[in-house]
Amino acid sequence: MTRPVYIIDGSRTPFLKARSGPGPFTPVDLAVQCGRPLLARQPFAPDAFDQVILGCVNVIADEMNPARVAALRLGMGEAMVAFTVQINCGSGMQSIDTGYRYIREGSADLILAGGAEALSYAPLVWPQNGVRWFAGLAMAKGILAKAAAIAKARPAYFKPVIGLERGLTDPITELNMGQTAEKVGHLFGITRAQADAYAVESHKRLANAQAQGWLKGEVETAFDRAGQFYDHDDGVRADSSIDKLGLLKPVFERPWGQVTAGNSSQITDGASWTILASEEAVAKHGLTPKAVIVDSQWSALDPSIMGLGPVLSSNELLKRNHLTIHDIETWELNEAFATQVLGCLAAWNDDKFCREVLGLDGAAGEIDRARLNVDGGAISLGHPVGCSGNRIVLHLVNAMKRLGTKRGIATECIGGGLGGAMLIEAL
Amino acid sequence: MHSKIMDVLGDRVLELGPKNTELPEAGTYKNFKLTRDTDGIAWLLFDRDGASANTLSAEVLEEFDAVLNALEAQRPAGIVIRSAKKSGFIAGADVNEFRGATDPRAVATEIGRAHAVIDRLEALKIPTVAVIHGFCLGGGLEVALACQSRIAIEDARFGFPEVMLGLHPGLGGTARFTSLVNPMQAMTLMLTGKTIDARKAKSLGLVDAVTQERHVRNAVKDAVFGRLRRTKPGVLNAILNFSPVRGILASRMVAEAGKSAPREHYPAPYALIALWEKHGGDRAAMLRAEKASFADLMVTSTAQNLIRVFFLREQMKKLAGQGNTIEHVHVIGAGAMGGDIAAWCANQGLRVTLADMKPEPIASAIKRAADLFGKILRQRTEQRDALDRLIPDMDGEGVRTADLIIEAVSEKLELKQKVYASIEPRMKQGAILATNTSSIPLEDLRSTLAHPERLLGLHFFNPVSRLQLVEVVSHDGVDAALLTKALAFVGAIERLPLRVKSSPGFLVNRALTPYMLEAMVMLDEKIDKTTIDAAAEQFGMPMGPIELADQVGLDICLAVGDMLRSKFGDLLPPTPAWLREKVAKGELGRKTGRGFYVWKDGKADKTSGAVVTTKPTQEMIDRLMLPMSNVCVACLREGTVDNADMVDGAMIFGTGYAPFRGGPLNYARSRGAENIVATLRTLAVKHGDRFAPDAGWEDFK
Repeated sequence: MTRPVYIIDGSRTPFLKARSGPGPFTPVDLAVQCGRPLLARQPFAPDAFDQVILGCVNVIADEMNPARVAALRLGMGEAMVAFTVQINCGSGMQSIDTGYRYIREGSADLILAGGAEALSYAPLVWPQNGVRWFAGLAMAKGILAKAAAIAKARPAYFKPVIGLERGLTDPITELNMGQTAEKVGHLFGITRAQADAYAVESHKRLANAQAQGWLKGEVETAFDRAGQFYDHDDGVRADSSIDKLGLLKPVFERPWGQVTAGNSSQITDGASWTILASEEAVAKHGLTPKAVIVDSQWSALDPSIMGLGPVLSSNELLKRNHLTIHDIETWELNEAFATQVLGCLAAWNDDKFCREVLGLDGAAGEIDRARLNVDGGAISLGHPVGCSGNRIVLHLVNAMKRLGTKRGIATECIGGGLGGAMLIEAL
Repeated sequence: MHSKIMDVLGDRVLELGPKNTELPEAGTYKNFKLTRDTDGIAWLLFDRDGASANTLSAEVLEEFDAVLNALEAQRPAGIVIRSAKKSGFIAGADVNEFRGATDPRAVATEIGRAHAVIDRLEALKIPTVAVIHGFCLGGGLEVALACQSRIAIEDARFGFPEVMLGLHPGLGGTARFTSLVNPMQAMTLMLTGKTIDARKAKSLGLVDAVTQERHVRNAVKDAVFGRLRRTKPGVLNAILNFSPVRGILASRMVAEAGKSAPREHYPAPYALIALWEKHGGDRAAMLRAEKASFADLMVTSTAQNLIRVFFLREQMKKLAGQGNTIEHVHVIGAGAMGGDIAAWCANQGLRVTLADMKPEPIASAIKRAADLFGKILRQRTEQRDALDRLIPDMDGEGVRTADLIIEAVSEKLELKQKVYASIEPRMKQGAILATNTSSIPLEDLRSTLAHPERLLGLHFFNPVSRLQLVEVVSHDGVDAALLTKALAFVGAIERLPLRVKSSPGFLVNRALTPYMLEAMVMLDEKIDKTTIDAAAEQFGMPMGPIELADQVGLDICLAVGDMLRSKFGDLLPPTPAWLREKVAKGELGRKTGRGFYVWKDGKADKTSGAVVTTKPTQEMIDRLMLPMSNVCVACLREGTVDNADMVDGAMIFGTGYAPFRGGPLNYARSRGAENIVATLRTLAVKHGDRFAPDAGWEDFK
């Protein structure tokens, strides 16, 4: 049995740039901040959901299974089944995909699927050898044994690393994500100037969307305990320019790299939710669907070129649905790095790549930039990793409604060598 | 979180010892159950007949004595004393028995009988263990103190609230508490009436262990068979209880007590300090002296009035009724009142949407809520949950699902009507539309409504978290069922309702405004502001009228004054022109940092300025206080309120009116209605017709 699965509504927090130290909200705080207004505007009660699925990569120790913690804090009741999913940068889309499959097969009717990430909460981590030393010290019995254990200490044991740095490094290839973007850029001949120009455009588009009020209803104001409120994505730089970005030094591969802080996604906190419903739930609660999920696809590739993930997963999706890239009117392709986005576009326009990797008859062609990331992306918004996949689906739906387009794809590259894509039709 | 599963299993939570093993003679007790477990430990369960909470009455104590008598003969391995009520251990003495006491000797005889029972409990040769959950207050704590060990459940709360009734502990608590724990801490608790939680009780040494219900059987076994280490009074206690030290500490306590409770109005704290100063460290002597001291306090007018206030609160709670159906409150307007009402409702477990057009007021309301929750909620998780329930709602989505909407926007008729017009079509069927207006008649507000029967007033007082009164305002077209629901809602959020008919200023503002305006007339007569405030404080008001006006906000005083004057004319003191100028200049009182006083950190600076030596006169006090009684009588006569006792309760819980005087009507009654009328007439001749006694005094009883 396959049943249609609708996207009813959704909301997210403003994306808040991580500054120094933990931000005002934990992952679950963020999920609660944007979940409350979303649930408040539904015609059904919060406990009407069948389950809650939340993507989150860096779960903090106080919030194990953040999906369940969020569900309870949102007043969804003791009986609300909730679980957390993790596929790195695709986690927020994995939650939608999982919910989509439950509803499609008929085992659920109404699901709250989200993503939440507070990268500013990334812990300081003691090196493994330091932890082992400390365990040895704790085990040592008697003064002499303790003294011997203490004597084994090395300065390096006490040098904490920022957990995020390790998290953004692929364990198989030991390449940082930025390095994989350098590699993709290199393979497809992306220049620094092209990357910077792309980044500037991202900021301009987001600034324009904010000014036009296009994010109203999608971004919900968040309020913290200290009396502050947050009503917009604060990483945006409307005055960004190619000249300014040109001054930045490469951060991952000095001194000749292309990838700078300015043409990479920002380290950011944020959460996003979407509401998925079956035909029955739509009828029961009198809902107005915004879009229908047509299909979804995960693909995998060499982790050192993970940035090409979107090309692989979107290609499978298109083939299965007898479509080409030109049939897609609106694209959300997560902006992990400008070189990576541009690398994907170049790959689609690369005859050899399309023939031998994608199994097409030749180059798929150009994706019109007017159709891609129409209101900016992670470079201007930031990339709370477990949340971004959710945001691009939600924003794709809202953008298609505004633009009056019908068919769209949301897709992202995923650290570790994966790609995810979702085909959506606006209603 | 509400759990349906725990609803089913809830009866299993309390560990009440062995089941179905009641001893044959146990059935003869009315208020106690007695069982014996396999270790030979007797479980004595206190379950007062026909009550939801345990209290100690003469009858209960007599039966307790009989039970102890039987147990003495049976010699079980140990005795567990605990409550079978979910609400807690013992809430204290049955205050009903304190009412109307006039003869100290009769009280002393009664209290002597009660002492004998508690002494008997203490003297038992069998290990006794009090297992305490929930409230353990006053007499209840004194029972626990007479046991050999005390085991607290995590949720237990301990305290001696006697001082709030103008008394001090009277069942041996003064002696046993000060000898068991640090007497400074013990005295502080008894002098303030504050309660402490189980953890604090453990750190003071008041209890020997803190645990959960699931470990009670094992904890009891350890206590009975000597495996639970008991907290013993430390050396420090002995030093602090040593006579010369006591003298120094006692004089410090007297000075501290004088700051909040002047001796002439509140004798109990001083009696308690004297008791300890004289007998601290000598249990037998202190126990003896406590009886006489307690009996003397019981017959004072302060104690009797405070006991009356206790029952006024109970009466108002009863008036609220049970069966609240309001789960979701939507508050419109996140200003000072709206924000604080929303925070209070969230604190009380309700889901609250707080609507405002702008994020700034919502953000500052959330901050105030977070600060309040940080103070009144002990657990970090409770604070978090309360904040989660307080939902900012900039799109007003809560209107559709709320059971109750409280409108708290600015006091402008057109604005309120505009708000109503936008929300009324979206309101859920059966929902209540309440206004927090303090000055606009409901008859005007309802005029544009499609369903005027859904409108009523819920008038909260500032600060919402401290003043317990809510005026529940009706008009002639209100739906009676909704009014009942609103009353139950007020009760459910632990506030006290007063039913009033729509009428300018309702009760409280109408009675309080002359108090503040008269003070301004006195200022014009060149009486110093501190002297005016001192006059009211000398009467027993918690705050003088000038400071109160600053606190309320001079703009609000002016608006309410103008509104009342437009209805009642010269029955109100004239508003001085300079008040208008002050308001125009933005000197609004506490909220702007300057009014009559300069305000720093929420406190009025009364020390700066010339030293004023003028003492308040009785005439000053009468000018400030008697109009309040006069308005209360008028409201009764007009039928704005229908119950004189409730008027007293409302003035105490809504304004802090000197509680030891029992309220403005009780005060008039005890001073004598004729005396009040005559004084008002004299004041009218001297100061103007605003003091003319109301016609209602003729029928005042």
